Formats: sequence, structure tokens, C-alpha cells
Amino acid sequence: MPKIKVPRSNPSLDMTPMVDLAFLLVTFFMLTATFRTEQAVVVDTPSSVSDKLLPDNVMMVTVDTAGRVFYNIDDQNVRRKVLDNIAARYKVAFTEKEIKEFVLMKDVGMPTANLKQYLAADKAERIRMDKATNGIPYDSLNNELYDWILFGRAVDANIAEQNGKEPDRLKYAIKSDSETNYATVRKVMKVFQEVNVNTFSLITDLEGKQ
Amino acid sequence: MAELNTGEGGGGKHQKKRAKKSSTKVDMTPMVDLAFLLLTFFVLTATFGKPKTMDINMPVDPKDDKNKTKVEDQTAMTLLLTDKKGVIYFYYGVMKADTRLDSTTYASNGLRKILLDKNKKVITQMNDLRAKREKRTIADSTYKQTEQKVKGDRDALYVIVKTNDKTKYKSVVDVMDELNICEVDKKAVIDMSPLDKAALKKINN
Repeated sequence: MPKIKVPRSNPSLDMTPMVDLAFLLVTFFMLTATFRTEQAVVVDTPSSVSDKLLPDNVMMVTVDTAGRVFYNIDDQNVRRKVLDNIAARYKVAFTEKEIKEFVLMKDVGMPTANLKQYLAADKAERIRMDKATNGIPYDSLNNELYDWILFGRAVDANIAEQNGKEPDRLKYAIKSDSETNYATVRKVMKVFQEVNVNTFSLITDLEGKQ
Repeated sequence: MAELNTGEGGGGKHQKKRAKKSSTKVDMTPMVDLAFLLLTFFVLTATFGKPKTMDINMPVDPKDDKNKTKVEDQTAMTLLLTDKKGVIYFYYGVMKADTRLDSTTYASNGLRKILLDKNKKVITQMNDLRAKREKRTIADSTYKQTEQKVKGDRDALYVIVKTNDKTKYKSVVDVMDELNICEVDKKAVIDMSPLDKAALKKINN
């Protein structure tokens, strides 16, 4: 009697489509990825239904729950010149290496007195300093934030003019934690208003329309 | 793992000499591993898009009283934001000794319902205008002009948001958001006056 033959199926699968898809996705994510730069401070922004995107050319002031203020301006050329101005105003001399460090950084929350030390420090030390700092001072006695804003605005307008573009393209964004006191944010806004900036972009998370 | 070679290696009976056929199949396992590793990495690190923003105009402190905006008694609505979670106090017109504070919530049947009702005229006009733009019966520039006209109308709701020292940033953003949804363009955020604070004290005792 002949034995019943169990057809032997080939267990090898054709994986080509899966691999194709995997690489397609890899390519997609690689091209769309914008890397999260290290943040000196983490804030949890409130949500709104606004779907306006953050503009490209922006000066951003971050306020955390403790009322500490961090300053950031995107354009690297502007950053360099702003630091030059700050150095001249507060009589701190920065080395070329420190300036480069500053240009490549994002948020700074150091009083100018500690800025040189911060720029010279290594990564671990910087994280420690970011935790310990009280942010950029912005009270009426020692208003360094005012200078940062003023210089940022002036330098940006200058560079725009040199390139033959319209000056007032810089947008002013305020990023603050949900739990920050509004009075603190208002105080920061008042510093902006001293420089005649009255329109702000508040950074929010997107929330679905209910 | 990508290719399992089966059915081979059984004790061959025919010991004929043949040119060895090398397999054309390449083991793809390491490549696939790498692809998925990269995929996982990029998926996890990806930050989608840019953050969203909400524009806000702050009133400039006028140098003299002449430049101050006078608020029409009937259309003005004042919202008082305190540190009390989820509660908004409000009143209409100018604060007087006998003004009674009402309270509402941030829920969609709270503040939004009131605003939608009070600002009905502007909202219907804006909806018409949007519909017209969708159908392309009006130009974008006309749309913008009309939008300004409608929102800045004398009868449009005027909302004053007042805060105290303890108001959270989130409350202000939430309220501004509601105002944007309800097409309220005439709005301002200012500090509470002593009268407002007194009224709040009265209601909380």
C-alpha cells in the first residue's frame, strides 16, 4: 500500500515586499526627521485649537513653572551678533570657541555673569547648571532679558536690511508651562512691550475641536 | 532565517560529479534587521511638524486717558479668572456696587454656550462669509476686509479678561481659545481692579 504523501510545503517566505516597505518607511522617517535639540528646560504647553504653525524666523522666550526665563533666537548669524553685543554691554570677553558653542546652542537661561562659565563647560556640567540657574534676570533692577530682546530685534532688522529684505519679519514667541502663573508671563510680555513688541505667538499644543 | 534551505543534504545516492551550483539567494536577515532597527529609531525620535501657535495682541499702556478705549456698557463682558480651577466669574457692563457676579465653567456647555449666544450675530455673518469664500464667490482680499468689519462691529461682543496674581497661564490660554472659537475679536487681558477683587471676595465668603 502506498504511503500517503504529505505535501511538503516550502517554509521559506518571500520577504522582498516587507523589506521594500521597511526601507520605504526608513527613508520617509529619515527625510522628515527633525531632531529634537536638547532642551535646557522642559515645559508642558497648554493646548488650543489654533492650527497656525510656528513661523521660521522667531525669537522665543521660554518661561517655566518656577518663573525662570530662557532665551532663544533661531538664526545663527543673528545669534553670533547678539552675543557680540551682550559681550560689549556686560564687558565679558568670549573666546572664538565659546562663541561657536553659543551659536550652535538653543535656549540659554544664564545671567551674563555665568554665561562664560556655561559656554566653557561640558555637557554634564551644563545640565547641572541649567537645573541650578534662575534663568535670565528680568526684574527692574537687573533686566538682562530686555537687552537680549533689544539686541535680537536690532540685529535681525539689520541683517534683514543688508540682505534687502523687509525688516520686521521677526516673530516673538512665548512658550510657557500650563501651570506657570499668568502674572509671570505678563511680566515677560511687559519686557517685550518696553521694546514696542505688542504681538506674541503663544506656543500651544494642538487639540481637537470638540 | 530569511531563507531556510530545506530538502537538501539528505544522503545523496547518486555520487555523480557535477559542477557545484552555488545558490543565488543571499541571506537577507542582517539587512532586514538593520532596516527595522533604523525604522524603530526614526519612528521613536521623530517629532512631527512644528509646534502650533496662537497669536495674541497685548494692549499698549496709553500715555494719557484720551487714548484709552471706552467700553460700551451693554456689549462689554468681563471675565474674572482666579486660581480656582474650572470656574470663571463674569459680569456685564461696568462694575458697580450692586453688580452680581455669575459663574460658569470651561466646559463646552459653560463659557462657550454663553459666548455663542452673545456673539450670535457675528458668528452667523462669519459663517456666511466663510461659505462664500469656499464657493469662491468673493476674493480673499474682500474676505479679509469684511471679516475685519464684521468682527470689529460696534455691536460685536467685547470681552475683557481680568486676571489676578494667582491665575494660571493655562486658564488665560483656554479662555483666549474659546474667544477665538466664538469669533470674538474685541478682547483684552488686563489686571483685576480692586473693585473686582472685592466682588470676588464677597462671593467666595
